[in-house]
Amino acid sequence: MAQHTVSSFDTELKELDHRIAEMGGLVEKMMSDATTSMQRRDMSLARIIIDLDPKVDAMQREIEENAILTIARRQPMAVDLRDIIAAIRTASDLERIGDLSKNIAKRVIAMDSGLALPQAINGLVHMSELVLAQLKSVLDAYTGRNADLALAVWNRDGDIDALYTSLFREVLTYMMEDPRNIGFSTHLLFSAKNIERIGDHATNIAETVYFMVTGTTLPADRPKGSSAAETSVDAA
Amino acid sequence: MSMQMNTMPTDTSASTAGVAFQAMPSHAVKPKVKIENLNFYYGQTKALKNINLALGERQVTAFIGPSGCGKSTLLRILNRIYELYPNQRAEGQVMLDGQNILDPKVDRNQLRAKIGMVFQKPTPFPMTIYENIAFGIRLYENLSRSDMDDRVEKALRGAALWTEVKDKLQASGQSLSGGQQQRLCIARSVAVRPEVILFDEPCSALDPISTAKVEELIDELKEHYTIAIVTHNMQQAARVSQKTAFMYLGELVELDDTKKIFTSPSDKRTQDYITGRFG
Repeated sequence: MAQHTVSSFDTELKELDHRIAEMGGLVEKMMSDATTSMQRRDMSLARIIIDLDPKVDAMQREIEENAILTIARRQPMAVDLRDIIAAIRTASDLERIGDLSKNIAKRVIAMDSGLALPQAINGLVHMSELVLAQLKSVLDAYTGRNADLALAVWNRDGDIDALYTSLFREVLTYMMEDPRNIGFSTHLLFSAKNIERIGDHATNIAETVYFMVTGTTLPADRPKGSSAAETSVDAA
Repeated sequence: MSMQMNTMPTDTSASTAGVAFQAMPSHAVKPKVKIENLNFYYGQTKALKNINLALGERQVTAFIGPSGCGKSTLLRILNRIYELYPNQRAEGQVMLDGQNILDPKVDRNQLRAKIGMVFQKPTPFPMTIYENIAFGIRLYENLSRSDMDDRVEKALRGAALWTEVKDKLQASGQSLSGGQQQRLCIARSVAVRPEVILFDEPCSALDPISTAKVEELIDELKEHYTIAIVTHNMQQAARVSQKTAFMYLGELVELDDTKKIFTSPSDKRTQDYITGRFG
């Protein structure tokens, strides 16, 4: 796209983009490390993730402040306005992803004494890999202003929901088999739920990217992999 | 997602269907003024190229575009002010309620009673505030003193000026501040009960508070009048209008819902202009 007549406007928008990319990279790493720490029962890695959370929060605040300043200064229109709104929204989704990753890390520490369920952990790792791939794609879509890629991410979220439902059933079985599994299984289940929520935030970002690029919004109801009724109760 | 812009994908088909007559949305806003195949010449220079558009009744239509794009020219055609100047001519039709106002048989003075205009610089007559309003009314109507008082008060109230001037109606119109003078000019236009009001950059010489008052006024006036406004202030166009037209080099590039123009315009030239990427 052509440059603005006022070049410092371009600088501000680029800076926002740069910060989103930086924040995206950081939460991507937090999420991937959270899964690794769960897989390896690695407490020190879990603690590193927990310590990173304030940094993510600070990044979100900075992005918001910069975005608000740019709106006040430039009165952005059309594509510029959508760019800035997208940055604000995406930063808030990324901040939530950071929180959810931190929560998984906290559970790794809490699970320390429980029995391990390697099969269930494998299921969780698999789900986490899928979500991570979604997150990577959507951040690429953001950077590359790629609406098609965002749409693909948006359409794939159903797979993750389906995987979550099957993991839920599996862990439920373990709990019924042996009550000693319940403590560990509950943490595992919450972690799986967190990962599923991260997937939802990735689709939120996909919607944001789609809006940013095309100026139109995706329909309100996105494809669902399976009935969520068995595993959760709708908040609405 | 909880926070979604109010633009559904289904809207886009209408906006890409071409420029002509987009000012008439499907939901029943009647066109008050229809401009058809309009060309305009300053001597040999063609200033407007085949303009087709409609101004919706009781709507504000904003015209934006770089200097020299023809937006003021277009406004000047609507009340035939251009006829004051030699070597300027218009071709095509401007239909007001089904009548072609460019037809020489249409009486110019009657036309200007129907289509009022407010200019960039406030232009109060060198008379009292009261006379500034009454003068125009007397051209068209013969009113008793008390009826005239009523009309003057109504016009000044309509222009949100009454409370500020009611105790000094005999003071000179030129003694008012710039913003008050501009509202006096608006009152003067409103006084003759027009159907359409044209604003040619009405706030460019005003401070932000006066600008806000005029914008507030335009918002109120649209309850009764069809309004066209030319402005260089894009935020102003976004604030006051329901439809926005982007003009460039004498052509109408895009005319669409204001919210669409300022969030996701269809034409790249519009986007470049409103985002400050022009030239």
